Amino acid sequence: MESSKQVKLTTLRDAIATLVPDGATVAMEGFTHLIPFAAGHEIIRQGKRDLILVRMTPDVIYDQMIGVGCARKLVFSWGGNPGVGSLHRFRDAVEHGHPHPLELEEHSHAGMAARYTAGASGLPFAILRAYIGTDLAKHTEMATIRCPFTGEELAAVPALSPDVTIIHAQQADRSGNVGMWGITGVQKEAALAARTTIVTVEEVVDELSPRGPNHVVLPSWTLAAVAPVPGGAHPSYAMGYSTRDNAFYTGWDEISRDRDVFDGWVEEHILGTEDHVSYMESIGRGEGIG
Amino acid sequence: MAELQPAPSSYSSDEMMTVTAARFLSDGQVCFVGIGLPSEAANLARLSHAPNVVLIYESGTIGTRPDVLPLSIGDGELAEKAEFVVGVPEVFAYWLQAGRIDVGFLSAAQIDRFGNLNSTVVGEYEAPKVRLPGAGGAPEIATSAGEVIVMLRHSVRAFVPSVDFVTSVGFGRGGEGRPEGAGRGPTVVITDLGVLRPDESSNELTLVATHPGVSGEEVRVKTGWDLEVAPDLAVTDPPTDQELEILRDLKTRTEAAHSG
Repeated sequence: MESSKQVKLTTLRDAIATLVPDGATVAMEGFTHLIPFAAGHEIIRQGKRDLILVRMTPDVIYDQMIGVGCARKLVFSWGGNPGVGSLHRFRDAVEHGHPHPLELEEHSHAGMAARYTAGASGLPFAILRAYIGTDLAKHTEMATIRCPFTGEELAAVPALSPDVTIIHAQQADRSGNVGMWGITGVQKEAALAARTTIVTVEEVVDELSPRGPNHVVLPSWTLAAVAPVPGGAHPSYAMGYSTRDNAFYTGWDEISRDRDVFDGWVEEHILGTEDHVSYMESIGRGEGIG
Repeated sequence: MAELQPAPSSYSSDEMMTVTAARFLSDGQVCFVGIGLPSEAANLARLSHAPNVVLIYESGTIGTRPDVLPLSIGDGELAEKAEFVVGVPEVFAYWLQAGRIDVGFLSAAQIDRFGNLNSTVVGEYEAPKVRLPGAGGAPEIATSAGEVIVMLRHSVRAFVPSVDFVTSVGFGRGGEGRPEGAGRGPTVVITDLGVLRPDESSNELTLVATHPGVSGEEVRVKTGWDLEVAPDLAVTDPPTDQELEILRDLKTRTEAAHSG
């Protein structure tokens, strides 16, 4: 399908350089699976600042970005290292303002998912049965609304429409249509809610060929850029291509606990590497890339 | 459980907690599972007395039967072993909010006397002493599930008179009761020392059972409020050989899978 809106296959470096300005509201989604780590590292390499980072589960990827000072605000619903414990760089920013203070806007998962869905639907807000009896209601952007038909009181949350959404997927075809499967989280909604969407993929194929459940397709004309980055989700994973590097997640606890150790790690492995291939080699995971 | 032989072997207080929590899940129930302690107990139930329990994780994996415990809520194992997988907006809207979940299985950093849970901050919200991960799926699990089973280890830091932040509502700050239209809320709290249930009239968590070898007084000392003890305080049945074997096999498989 030829179209004037057809996405261009590009490099991750060019996509970040041209489509992610300082100060942008950037959502990087991937619910444990398919997290766009390589894109996060490239944002760090290019020294982007003042970003409003949006993500349901700001795990290690946002710990790294917050730790180097990319973000001025975080919009999220659960900020931990899954199965391991705290995100120490996130906590240091919130508890001690290091490397600078971080503004927070937090929701529940249900609230964030509804906000993206409203954004993707072109609606100004979403309604849901949520935040009942919690202190979150006092500390977040929400309101209550009465159903005009039944009178039930419900939560209303504003639509989330990021300037840029970045996701990682398994496949793109040569026209830039993107296919992903397995745990697809909130990526379809986040991609369609954004003004600009960047996708990194494991592989460019002649024809999309899902090898797992829950196949989601994003047509090329909804995307701004597609960049092949094999292994670009590491230490997260891409079902059918890689498995989650749980040892990296566990090891992150020690790296991130200390400011100097973290700074040194970023200097050596992210700022000191050219791209994702050399990054993976530098952390001793080079063999995993196809 | 009378026909089952008590385990002659020794067991840890965490194993006692997990086994006890697993027993509260009935076969055929639909259960929304949190990661960590709840995931361990829910899978023990599935591998022992409740083979037809339907486990749903918030990553959108429905009817999943993992061979090893997931480290994260979205491990590949959960998707590969699921009956089907849906997106996150769908799991919260169509499955949880719509009332298809019988039991929510939660943990938290703090719980108070009225079963309110905190996983957001220790201290003031604006200037926290400890910033915790936050809400995740818990607030809506707490209100939309038919009932909630809570698991956490007993300590005065965890069992506080009043939580610093209500992330997930139990019976409200003053024990006033469940929000209108919400499920039954926390019906049981299982710890490494015993079992608590909300009093039917006061909604206050009351110690109804201790694990073998634990005294009511010991539980009171490790509780941050003047804990009520049921007059007919029971003693939990110790883990059976079978329960311990299944749990230990599961944990051994899990460790092997995650150490690579």
